[in-house]
Amino acid sequence: MSAYLVTLVILVSVAALVGLALNLQWGLAGLVNFGVSGFVALGAYGVAITAPHIGWLPAMIFSALLCAAISMALALLSIRLEENYLAIVTIGFGEIVRILLLNEGWLTGGALGIADIPRPFAAITPPGGGDGVILAFAIALVALVFVLLELLVRSPFGRVLRAVRDDATVASALGKPVLALRVRAFAVGGAVMGLAGALHAFYLTYIDPSQFTPIITAYAFMAVIAGGRGSNLGLLLGAGSIMALLEATRFLKDLVPSIDGAQLSALRLGMIGIGIVLLLILRPQGLVAEPRRRATEFFPNAKGEG
Amino acid sequence: MSGAFLEVSGLVKHYGGVAALDGCSLSLRKGEVTGLIGPNGAGKTTLLNALTGLAKPEAGTVSFMGADVTGLPAHRMAALGVVRSFQIVRELSSLTVFENLLLAPPHQIGERLLGAVISRRKWWAQEHVNAAKARTLLERVGLWKLADQSSAALSGGQKKLLEVARALLLEPRLLLLDEPGAGVSPPLREEIIRLVRELKAEGLSFGIVEHDMHLVGEVCDHVHVLAEGRTLVSGSFAEATSDPRVVEAYLGLAA
Ligand SMILES: Nc1ncnc2c1ncn2[C@@H]1O[C@H](COP(=O)(O)OP(=O)(O)OP(=O)(O)O)[C@@H](O)[C@H]1O
Ligand SMILES: [Mg+2]
Repeated sequence: MSAYLVTLVILVSVAALVGLALNLQWGLAGLVNFGVSGFVALGAYGVAITAPHIGWLPAMIFSALLCAAISMALALLSIRLEENYLAIVTIGFGEIVRILLLNEGWLTGGALGIADIPRPFAAITPPGGGDGVILAFAIALVALVFVLLELLVRSPFGRVLRAVRDDATVASALGKPVLALRVRAFAVGGAVMGLAGALHAFYLTYIDPSQFTPIITAYAFMAVIAGGRGSNLGLLLGAGSIMALLEATRFLKDLVPSIDGAQLSALRLGMIGIGIVLLLILRPQGLVAEPRRRATEFFPNAKGEG
Repeated sequence: MSGAFLEVSGLVKHYGGVAALDGCSLSLRKGEVTGLIGPNGAGKTTLLNALTGLAKPEAGTVSFMGADVTGLPAHRMAALGVVRSFQIVRELSSLTVFENLLLAPPHQIGERLLGAVISRRKWWAQEHVNAAKARTLLERVGLWKLADQSSAALSGGQKKLLEVARALLLEPRLLLLDEPGAGVSPPLREEIIRLVRELKAEGLSFGIVEHDMHLVGEVCDHVHVLAEGRTLVSGSFAEATSDPRVVEAYLGLAA
């Protein structure tokens, strides 16, 4: 497999993980998170700093738990108030992470970043065959997270989060502990973002702060909107389409040689914007609708006319 | 007085300069249907909010079955068995009619984070039990054939019935309904009257805020008339509606 294809698959995998996480937080539970890039960065630096000492698996678990804990803290800090505060707090969090990464050089290497991050299964990887292993690792990670989140979305937990998203007052009047539910959804999403960052760091083996710009957050929102809020399958399709579009438009430069780099990147973003607007006009609910539990699943013989 | 089912004493709640509740005291009896009537802005909805943890009173106490429950959060009140419907219907629009009902039962293992993933067989069994209850209730209120429709697609009256059915799945002790008859077609309103009577016969207690005097007269054993955040008159429906102070309160609003 060519190196370019490997890069593409890993890119899509990272985007899919980030998108799945945001789909749980915002798509399902209605909790906006504008600090996505900060969580991804935290996950990446978490493994970059700890993996050489404790090994890749404990390092990944550490990153996920760290991101979950910080998500919980941010959620507790702001969800009590109102949705708008969560937006502000998460934007602030993203900024703080960026500034810390740049300025706490003793830990993060500052603008130079961290190099030589050990990859998973490095010991059993044949020399020169590293890309196949990391590829399989990425796909397995996405599959595992997808299955776990799909179990959550289709469970009563997913249903009660949808209820909280629709109308938190009604949910609490029905006896649901709204605050605790929100904190849990936000923490699980944060953990998955941490895992996405870990995958990113393992693949590149070199990270620096410039890799974690707010565009990550923007792509994640685009993927959730395009895929359909609340649907994990839709999210995979959405994230895949956006990354495919981004990569495909890379070749525009070959077709239209007069375009320079800056114009091209602006054009690519513009095209994605147009794509999403068109999609929302044609299919306002996104590519795939949120899963729902049907009465016929319990009563297969009942012929409901609905 | 401590024997009362639900006892409200001296409740105060302000919104800006407006005293929505201004020392409101009243009580609801077990097994009865109590009407809460009064002109617009009397504080009826605010009272229900204070009783269900959605508004924190500034002064006064609420006690339920002998325990002080003043200021408990909404989900705790629901857990104690005080469940309400809303004046302006609040169906959960992205849930189907059936999902609205499946959501309601308390103590769902599948609503816990770990339980959802690990104890799948347990919550699936719970879901089946709840589904059977949900079906019975939907058949009872005539919404079963709409079970898999989006709840947003229901008519106003059907949404009110859905709210009542959803509340019943919590197996409440006290059901507080905020204007169950408002915006409901006359046949559906009769349906609601029939349902309240049946449920009362089964032992459920009600507090009903309502402007439709036909409905109040048909179902209420006892009526409190509220005006300007206080209880003006209490008594039977006939006593309350013939009291000159009540007539004045309603007319005063019209003038
Ligand atoms: N959330 C709120 N914010 C500001 N003012 C409020 C709020 N809720 C109630 N009020 C005010 O408190 C007073 C009592 O309102 P409430 O809704 O309890 O009356 P009500 O008896 O239910 O009236 P209606 O019959 O019209 O439903 C009104 O003056 C209302 O404007
Ligand atoms: Mg009202």
